[in-house]
Amino acid sequence: MRAAGIDIGSRTVKLVVVEGGATVLTRKALTSHDPLDAARTLISGVEYDVIVATGYGRHLIKEHLGCPVISEIKAFALGTKAIHPSCRVILDIGGQDTKAISLNDAGEMSKFEMNDKCAAGTGRFLEIMANALSYTLEEFSKAALTAESFEKINSMCTVFAESEVISLTAQGAKRHEVALGIHKAIVSRSIALLKRIAPSGEVFFAGGVALNKCVRTLIAEELSRPVVVPPDPQIVGAYGAALHGAALAGEKSYMRIVRGRDGENNV
Amino acid sequence: MSNYRQMWLDLGLDLEAHDALLSILGSAYQDIFLSQKNRPEGMKYFDFVMSEVHGLRIKELMDAKAAGRIVVGSYCVFVPEELILAVDGVSVGLCAGAEFNFEGAEEVLPRNLCPLIKSAFGFKRGLVCPYVEASDIIVGENTCDGKKKAYEVLSPMVKDLYIIDLPQMKSDIGKMLLKGEYLKFMAKLEDASARKITAETLKKGIEITNGKRKAVKRLADLRKADPAPISGLDALLVNQVFFYDDPLRFTASVNALCDELEERVKKGEGVFPKGTTRVLMSGCPMAVPNWKVPLIIETSGAVIVGEESCVGERGTQWLTDVKGDTVAELLDNIIDRYFQIDCAVFTPNPSRVDHVKDMFDRYNAQGVIHYSLQFCHPYIVESGPVEAALEKASIPTLRLETDYSQEDAGQLKTRIEAFRERIEGK
Ligand code: SF4
Ligand code: SF4
Repeated sequence: MRAAGIDIGSRTVKLVVVEGGATVLTRKALTSHDPLDAARTLISGVEYDVIVATGYGRHLIKEHLGCPVISEIKAFALGTKAIHPSCRVILDIGGQDTKAISLNDAGEMSKFEMNDKCAAGTGRFLEIMANALSYTLEEFSKAALTAESFEKINSMCTVFAESEVISLTAQGAKRHEVALGIHKAIVSRSIALLKRIAPSGEVFFAGGVALNKCVRTLIAEELSRPVVVPPDPQIVGAYGAALHGAALAGEKSYMRIVRGRDGENNV
Repeated sequence: MSNYRQMWLDLGLDLEAHDALLSILGSAYQDIFLSQKNRPEGMKYFDFVMSEVHGLRIKELMDAKAAGRIVVGSYCVFVPEELILAVDGVSVGLCAGAEFNFEGAEEVLPRNLCPLIKSAFGFKRGLVCPYVEASDIIVGENTCDGKKKAYEVLSPMVKDLYIIDLPQMKSDIGKMLLKGEYLKFMAKLEDASARKITAETLKKGIEITNGKRKAVKRLADLRKADPAPISGLDALLVNQVFFYDDPLRFTASVNALCDELEERVKKGEGVFPKGTTRVLMSGCPMAVPNWKVPLIIETSGAVIVGEESCVGERGTQWLTDVKGDTVAELLDNIIDRYFQIDCAVFTPNPSRVDHVKDMFDRYNAQGVIHYSLQFCHPYIVESGPVEAALEKASIPTLRLETDYSQEDAGQLKTRIEAFRERIEGK
């Protein structure tokens, strides 16, 4: 039985297929201006018995495929529980959202916090700031890591922060020190969110921004708590959705409804 | 509706802007309310009221004025309707729940202000609210800083703005202040209406107001049932109409709706399947047409079973004692009644948490969604301790902070769905 999970994020679409407890396929693509199309392309040719959608575009896919959906918060909780069972605190920084999730002793989601409606402190924020400093994303993180001191960024509003960055460089501030300042700003904001729901314990750090080495380093430093980053932090949500699909498939009556690919039930 | 155009013109409305507002309202109402499944028949009355909210009801206000009655508009449940009715006045709520003409509001107010206040100013400055224009007296009250200071800005824009001062603590001195203010307000009403408040008229005012409250309490009680016999959206609408409609007709219509719901409950019928996740709302008032969060909740697989809000039980749960033979005795009853309202502008405000817990139990809720309007400091600050107290009592709680815009609808939906998943995961 193959269960797929698709996570339609604001920046990237992720697909994971699991079979017999193992991940058999992982795919990623940029969301582009047409998330439905991006998702369709990603799943074309992929074999699965059940698919579950998550991420901000989940309802779009639901309408298209008639598949079940779960929130990305639940998907991350499920994915984390499977990847790192002992962890009770999740930090997910994605393209447009930052989420902190705490799990109870059974590994089920208990509390969560999410950033307010703007892009402040998210992946998108980092992208815009890298751009304002004429760095690629990779250079941006690397440069920040070489800085010994940093320029403080006061504004977390993307628009204001961008003009702050521009005026700092105009005043002759060093580019890599501004870069570090930006990374520090996003980290302190994420940490505040995290501390509201989970003041202590090991942190599982996932989402696209977990690929950024400078953010990872700063989070571990400033939290003084162990921080675990999975091998592929981007697919935790899709993986969680796939696991949810596998669990649903365990309920046979449910399978009869969602199947139809070959009409048979070989769960 | 065109037969009202002259009336709107006479009230000084900007007809073009007003048409635009009505058309947005009409289509939103269609999408949000009329598209719901299994609605009770009794909601037809409220559909009618809403379709005539700027028409027939305003005509009634104009007729009342022509007959020598005064229209009194207000923005807070601390303004005692009993007193207004005691001079045979008409009481109308003026709070506004739409992002309309915020540009106009922001010409005179800061941007970082609660949307409820901005909306009221947007309506006033855009000349689209016939209730504001029809009011002989507009009553402001010193509650939150936003409103208190905004009234200073509003004052020159309206013909008669009257301010009631309110205490901030539930102390003896606080109560004396409230009494002094209500006495002054009585004199103001008597003066404006050229009528005297007598024990008899005051008693009548109390009875009419209590009648409305009893009817909505009966409605609230029916929502204990699973499946819920009425959606949270429809129940909210009834609570919103509470502030506009003719009180006697409103009471009769709510009771008729309740008769129908009683039958539904007996037969085990409801608007959503039995076992649908049940949530309680708590927090800032939702004024017409603010239906944003309830709509997201009820299209995310949950049903709202109660509102701890001023457009809801915080505004209606207490009746005014009608015992007493003199104006002074009856006024004391009114003060006792209003002094119980546990708005977050009071400090400390412990009874509010108790009410949330009590409602959680009473309506068999499974979680509480705390709703704050952006920049509403009293409720946002209070939401922290409220959440902590509820979680401590093992009540799953989700705190939301939002405004009237639609841009965060996706994020709100994610949070609300995750909250439902959290509750159902138990
Ligand atoms: S929340 Fe407070 S200020 Fe607002 S209507 Fe209620 S009592 Fe008045
Ligand atoms: S919602 Fe809050 S800020 Fe807005 S008027 Fe009411 S008490 Fe004041």
